[in-house]
Amino acid sequence: MTSNHRITLTVNGQTQDCEIEARLTLADCLREKLNLTGTHLGCEHGVCGACTVLVDGAAVRSCLMFAVQAQDTDIKTVEGLADGDQLSDLQQAFHDNFALQCGFCTPGFMTTAEAFLSENPTPTRAEVQSAISGNICRCTGYVSIIDAILDAAARHRGDAT
Amino acid sequence: MNAPYIGQSVKRLEDQRLLTGAGRYIDDIKLPGMLVMAIYRSPHAHARIRGIDLTAARAVPGVTDVFAANDIDMNLPEIPLRLAPFDGFERFLQRPIAANKARYVGEPVAVVIATDRYIAEDALGLIEVDFEPLPAITTVDQAAAGDTLIHEDAGENMGTRYTVGRGDTDKAFADAPYTRRERFVTNRHGAVPMETRGLIAEFEPDIPLLRLHGATKVNFFNRRHLAAAFDLPETAVELIETDVGGGFGARGELYPEDYLVPISSRRAGCPVKWIEDRRENLTATNHSRDIVCDVEIAATEDGCILGMRAIVQGDMGAYIRTNGGVVPSKAAQFLPGPYRVPDFSCDVQFLITNKTPVGTFRGPGRFEANFCRERLLDMMAADLGIDPAELRHRNLMEPADLPYRIGELVPGDPDATFDRGNYPSALNRLLDEVGYDDWKDRQGDIIDGRTHGLGIACFIESSAAGPPESATITIRPDGRTEIRTGASSVGQGTETGLAQICADGLGIDIATIDVFHGSTTLVETGGGTFHSRNTVMAGNATRIAADALRDRALDLGALRWNCETAGLDYRDGAVRRSGESLSLAELATFAETRGERLFADATFDNEKKLSYSYGAHAALVAVDVATGMVEVKKYVLTEEIGRALNPAMVQGQAIGGLVQGLGGTFLDHMVYDDDGQLLTGSFADYLLPTSDGLPEITAIALEESPSEFNLMGFKGAGEGGIVAVAAAVGNAVSHALCAHDISITELPITPDSLRKALRDIGA
Repeated sequence: MTSNHRITLTVNGQTQDCEIEARLTLADCLREKLNLTGTHLGCEHGVCGACTVLVDGAAVRSCLMFAVQAQDTDIKTVEGLADGDQLSDLQQAFHDNFALQCGFCTPGFMTTAEAFLSENPTPTRAEVQSAISGNICRCTGYVSIIDAILDAAARHRGDAT
Repeated sequence: MNAPYIGQSVKRLEDQRLLTGAGRYIDDIKLPGMLVMAIYRSPHAHARIRGIDLTAARAVPGVTDVFAANDIDMNLPEIPLRLAPFDGFERFLQRPIAANKARYVGEPVAVVIATDRYIAEDALGLIEVDFEPLPAITTVDQAAAGDTLIHEDAGENMGTRYTVGRGDTDKAFADAPYTRRERFVTNRHGAVPMETRGLIAEFEPDIPLLRLHGATKVNFFNRRHLAAAFDLPETAVELIETDVGGGFGARGELYPEDYLVPISSRRAGCPVKWIEDRRENLTATNHSRDIVCDVEIAATEDGCILGMRAIVQGDMGAYIRTNGGVVPSKAAQFLPGPYRVPDFSCDVQFLITNKTPVGTFRGPGRFEANFCRERLLDMMAADLGIDPAELRHRNLMEPADLPYRIGELVPGDPDATFDRGNYPSALNRLLDEVGYDDWKDRQGDIIDGRTHGLGIACFIESSAAGPPESATITIRPDGRTEIRTGASSVGQGTETGLAQICADGLGIDIATIDVFHGSTTLVETGGGTFHSRNTVMAGNATRIAADALRDRALDLGALRWNCETAGLDYRDGAVRRSGESLSLAELATFAETRGERLFADATFDNEKKLSYSYGAHAALVAVDVATGMVEVKKYVLTEEIGRALNPAMVQGQAIGGLVQGLGGTFLDHMVYDDDGQLLTGSFADYLLPTSDGLPEITAIALEESPSEFNLMGFKGAGEGGIVAVAAAVGNAVSHALCAHDISITELPITPDSLRKALRDIGA
């Protein structure tokens, strides 16, 4: 339980070495060891989706994955979405569509949407609704989030918005 | 985006940090030398504590301290009543940690302090408590019977009980051609914000200083009571707000942990953090609703209401916390709603049970009252053969009836008065928007195998009660403008809204404004954030401060130019006279050379004159009789809010509230077994709305009736989205199932409950 392991992983383009306990979750590793506190914990058992990060491009609940399982993976968190001060299309679309209020669930929605849009760049509204149905938001009622993801998809395609 | 900002959907100032992971929520704060705290909570709903063995827990490497009530060297304070502090409640107040007896699952019994949370939780598992389980009270009927007492010294399980009313109800019922009585049950559920609660305390008794990070909502009230509890001057207690992941009524009240974290920090001699986990959140943070209402209506044969009388029983849980009797008292007060009900009486009972204590959740009492009344009105409409919309029109107060003094329907609140408005107009707009005339004769129609129904409901909702609110605007010599307010943000966009008002008031670019809120170090006083207050209270305080600042700028301009203010003009962020101007930044610099600052303080006090938002909801549902599944296909709501500060944010409040309300109607449900065990203690069991199966939503903010009680004309806009959801949906489902004679009287509406009802009648 308390045996320590050394792992190497890439987070937001940077190689990181961590000395961690076997039982440390990836979420706690990101938040506590790497100080990437943009990834939030809402339930710690994989239901709410707030802690979703991209692991080798796939949306993964970082509360359900041990950090040791992240050895040699390429991870992207909410801190890695923007290009410097320049918000990504998805972030900008969230901003423009009022797709966040308290912002606590937002990183998980954006990482989920990022993975989804890379698989399906031209989603229907129903497909977006389904794609984010594993993430919980208590503030917005989801409508603006769905609008934002569709807007981001349109921006990716270069459609007029 | 350029001025005027008020009334435009200005993009939120908060977003940049929240979208990039740079927000600072309480668990993101790390202080040097900080330890963490975890709480051992009662696994029993009702049990005497015979002994506690902390030896094994204390021996865990990394654990620095483990303590229980007996180890605490101070008088444990009672958590105070902030709202609705009715006589009798003083017998049921909670102390931060159970000493001899635990009264609900989740009550704190012991505390661990350790170097990290994994170790702290290891230690929790090694705490041994010798409990003597006692019978658990899990229903209001058991509580009223009083065979088992939860607080022996009180001698009863009735927290308090009173009767309120107006007119002569007995007479109204005695002469009435039509009466009907029904029982309605609004189930226990709660706010459940995405971010659980959390606190960090830095207690340095020698300074003295108690700094508590993670505070929100009512910081100045909380500071006063924490200072008293720890025998500190108020100025030695600092409550610091961070980014907040949702409140909805539950966050920011004083809870046991608001005392236990400071106690831990004092014992440890270093900062201590506590972050609630989700299982704790579902048993430790206030629950809400949980109202049984027996209501009876009297009317003429043509559907004019003569009177209503009711018994409201609230299941308050094991203790009365800060919100006092808000939930049942507001359920009683809003039971007559926006209708002419000349004679009304209500017996209001607050019952103590072995469950998590109850507090406010968005639309407290209103959600429940609207469900009961609007269902009953639809039943009456069917009995009398009157169309439900027509029945409502016959009874809604007309503009000529307003203002209307509703009577003392909450003890100690004698002057509650509905202000001006046009309730029929809000209903008519709804009926047009939802296409009511197309649907009213098609209730129960079967389309694609599912039976359809359209339900409507009207509501009225108070806003902006409580103490005055503060705002200070300061111009910095570098040209930045700073607003400080005692109001909090719980994630609703307060910074943006106040900046809009300030930018218009001063004629400046909104991008030059910074908003600081919620911390006791920033302002002298503040009322806080609840009851849809911020835009009304802090918004008007900001407006008054901006007006005063313009005057101050003119005075400084006159001094600078050595002239009279009469010849000067203030426009677009500068004091002007022919051919020249002094910008606010220049004036701030000038003020600095005089040893002064360019600032203005303001307080807005509505002197308890409340504005009432009102409106109507409609739901179109399709019910699968074979499975009991309900789909809400379309949802429309209208809400009169006086004036929309930021239409997109108003829309967000309405839709967010509405979807939360759909949860309260279909999903959210705190289920207890007979032993008082919470069976829905995780998100796998406690269900919340998701993006699947959302209806097509239209939310219309009306601005026909600005408030007469504040300069800006605002009425609260935070709760109208949720308050009538169960009412409208309950009516819709009942209409859909009219052929089966099924009538919704209990929440939540689940496939199980519908199938059971259908099976019982052989469908």
